[in-house]
Amino acid sequence: MDKNKLLTKKPQKSPYHPSTGTLDWLKKNLFSSWLNTILTFVFATIITFIGIGSVKWIFLTANWHVISANFRLLIVGQYPIAELWRVWICLTLVSFLIGLSWGLWKGTMGHLTIAVTSMYFIVGCLPFILMETRIWLLINIAVIGATYAVGKKWSKLKKSTLIGWFLMFPITIFLLNGFGVLNHVGSNLWGGFLLTLLIAIVAIVFSFPIGLLLALGRRSKLPIVRWFSIGYIELIRGVPLITILFVAQLMLPLFLGNGIDIDNVFRAMVGFTLFTAAYLAENIRGGLQSIPRGQFEAAEALGLNTTIKMTFIILPQALRAVIPAMVGSFIGIFKDTSLVAIVGLTDLLGMGKNIISNPEFLGTQMEVFIFVALVFLIFCNLMSYASRRIEQSLGVGKR
Amino acid sequence: MKKHSTLMTTPFWRDKRVIPLLLQAIFAMIVILIGTIFLLNAVESMRQIGISFGYDFLSKMAQFDIGDKIVSFSSTDTYGKAFFVGILNTIRVAFIGIIFATILGFIVGVARLSNNWLARSVASVYVEVFRNTPLLVQIFIWFYAVFLSFPTIEKSLNSFGLFFFSNRGTVIPWFELTSSSFVWFLFLIAGLILSVIVWKIKLNQQVETGQNKYPFFWSIGSFISSLAIAWLITFELPLLLSIPEIVGRGFVGGYTIGPGFCALLVALVMYTASYIAEIVRGGILAVSKGQVEAAKALGLKSSTILRLIILPQAIRIIIPPLTSQYLNLIKNSSLAAAVAYPEIFGVGITILSQTGKSVEVISIVILVYLSMSLLTSLLMNIFNKYSQLVER
Repeated sequence: MDKNKLLTKKPQKSPYHPSTGTLDWLKKNLFSSWLNTILTFVFATIITFIGIGSVKWIFLTANWHVISANFRLLIVGQYPIAELWRVWICLTLVSFLIGLSWGLWKGTMGHLTIAVTSMYFIVGCLPFILMETRIWLLINIAVIGATYAVGKKWSKLKKSTLIGWFLMFPITIFLLNGFGVLNHVGSNLWGGFLLTLLIAIVAIVFSFPIGLLLALGRRSKLPIVRWFSIGYIELIRGVPLITILFVAQLMLPLFLGNGIDIDNVFRAMVGFTLFTAAYLAENIRGGLQSIPRGQFEAAEALGLNTTIKMTFIILPQALRAVIPAMVGSFIGIFKDTSLVAIVGLTDLLGMGKNIISNPEFLGTQMEVFIFVALVFLIFCNLMSYASRRIEQSLGVGKR
Repeated sequence: MKKHSTLMTTPFWRDKRVIPLLLQAIFAMIVILIGTIFLLNAVESMRQIGISFGYDFLSKMAQFDIGDKIVSFSSTDTYGKAFFVGILNTIRVAFIGIIFATILGFIVGVARLSNNWLARSVASVYVEVFRNTPLLVQIFIWFYAVFLSFPTIEKSLNSFGLFFFSNRGTVIPWFELTSSSFVWFLFLIAGLILSVIVWKIKLNQQVETGQNKYPFFWSIGSFISSLAIAWLITFELPLLLSIPEIVGRGFVGGYTIGPGFCALLVALVMYTASYIAEIVRGGILAVSKGQVEAAKALGLKSSTILRLIILPQAIRIIIPPLTSQYLNLIKNSSLAAAVAYPEIFGVGITILSQTGKSVEVISIVILVYLSMSLLTSLLMNIFNKYSQLVER
């Protein structure tokens, strides 16, 4: 009887009551102790002040005309209006690949695609945008939708999409420059956000092989190669990027002699590539060090030579481990492209600086630079979001 | 290259002793070849332009003035001294920047883990915004849109009549030394040493007897009494406060900070602090949960837990990445060239444009940055050794 009673007794309520009410949430997160309450009030006051100030400035004080009047300059710089269709073709090709990748890989790509599409949409909705631009943006959105459907159906396209991404870079450079086939547009006319993107992409694409070689060189058993790599990496990492940009601007023409004449944009790209390579090398070296000795020994036991061992056994593992760190470096490089404004190029920031020195737009520094900062903020956030997602899906960085 | 060789004697191109030597020789030859071509080209083009190589310009008269400086400098001084002034200016902005960035970074990092939702979100938004915007854009915003947009000196904004903000610089109250400053300084040092000794003695007594001996109050008391003695001896305050005033079209008194320095410092501090905050947060999260629980079980307050349990352990994880942030801050101070603050890089560019000695000037600048980086990492390594876990 007693036993029965014990068994039929209602289970005791747990002493811990998780509650979901708003009041409980407030109490737990904002007013849990007197110190917390004070903190809450202090922060609430600060936020209110900043918030009211910003809203007032954005909607009443700020003169956004400077952005709408110079929107084209900020985005593509002095690129001839008659040739703008080439930039649009490039963008459409990117949209094509993005849509295809979304359909093929889904997941993270989907979030990114939605972000890009909504960016197209928002830009298209801005009141000062030309009708022509709106049509191009609409085409881009349509292309993304169409290729998404294609990618979803034919999953065999994965390889050709990857090849497409690799081909994207030479195609872009060809379309933008013309190289005699189309009208020549010199890189001195490239500017605005287009130039920012181009410098970042060139630096990333070309610094990767150099960085890889430097990382391997630093771990090489050959002393001369090793010391050369160490010297290069430490020298570059020890000095500011701006000095390297100046070296590229002033000393590259000296070093290359009279026969070769290269323009400012190309010099800046060389500087960025040499700079990024040193940082990438350190990232990759971290990955190489994380590979257990057993992998090397097993590969050697199988009789693989150094090249095959590195290409097929070590590097795939090492590079996968450092993808997040490399994306971090790429974000850094993307932000650092703004430094070309100091050496006189008209990237997004340099263009902004030119605009505020125009007497017509006197006193609009805040508007212009806030716009520039916003563009960088959006793109860096997108990149770091993608990096976090890749990190999660690869399962690296988990403790 | 074939793998299976049936030959008895290995040819030299497959000999494990020869290949590395051969490869290195080829590598060295390529490097030297490229280096020589570059050097020859450089010599040739410099000869064509008509500039000679040499560091003798350092002792020539610099025909420019430096606006923002700690030591005296005029346009009749040498280029060498101009470099020296630039180095001091770099050290000044880097030193102050590192201190403020560390303080702000630790506050934001701890706030990101606070149990107050509002503090947590404000800290996260701060980190996201400042990390994901280029430093140069931030410097431009502070320089062009904030510090240069202040009104002129006559109409300058002031807060409580102490701080003045104008487009020619920010003026803050500053101190002036008096005749008794030295005596006060001696007593200050003595008081500090005394308070530490008293604190240690009282703490030891407390540990031995188990009774509360109030070590904190004792040490504070001994410090204040030593200052009281200094007051009795000198009957004068150690420092006089010099409050700025507007006289005509300039400021009298106080300490004027140029807009370039202000913008650079604020931007460097805000930017680096957002990185330090993430490092601090990571370090704190890496301290195992058991440590906090054990401390709570012992009945320690949360502030005591943070100070005595979490931070000493987190510091070990924090220091190496913190060092690289300090190095970044020093290197990033070169962006001052964009806001006309005359630090080493800016001075170098001015000298370069005057003398045309690009190779020499840039080599000096690079050398200065390399030695500064080396010195910082040396100092941080020493500090790191102290904070490391002593294992048996």
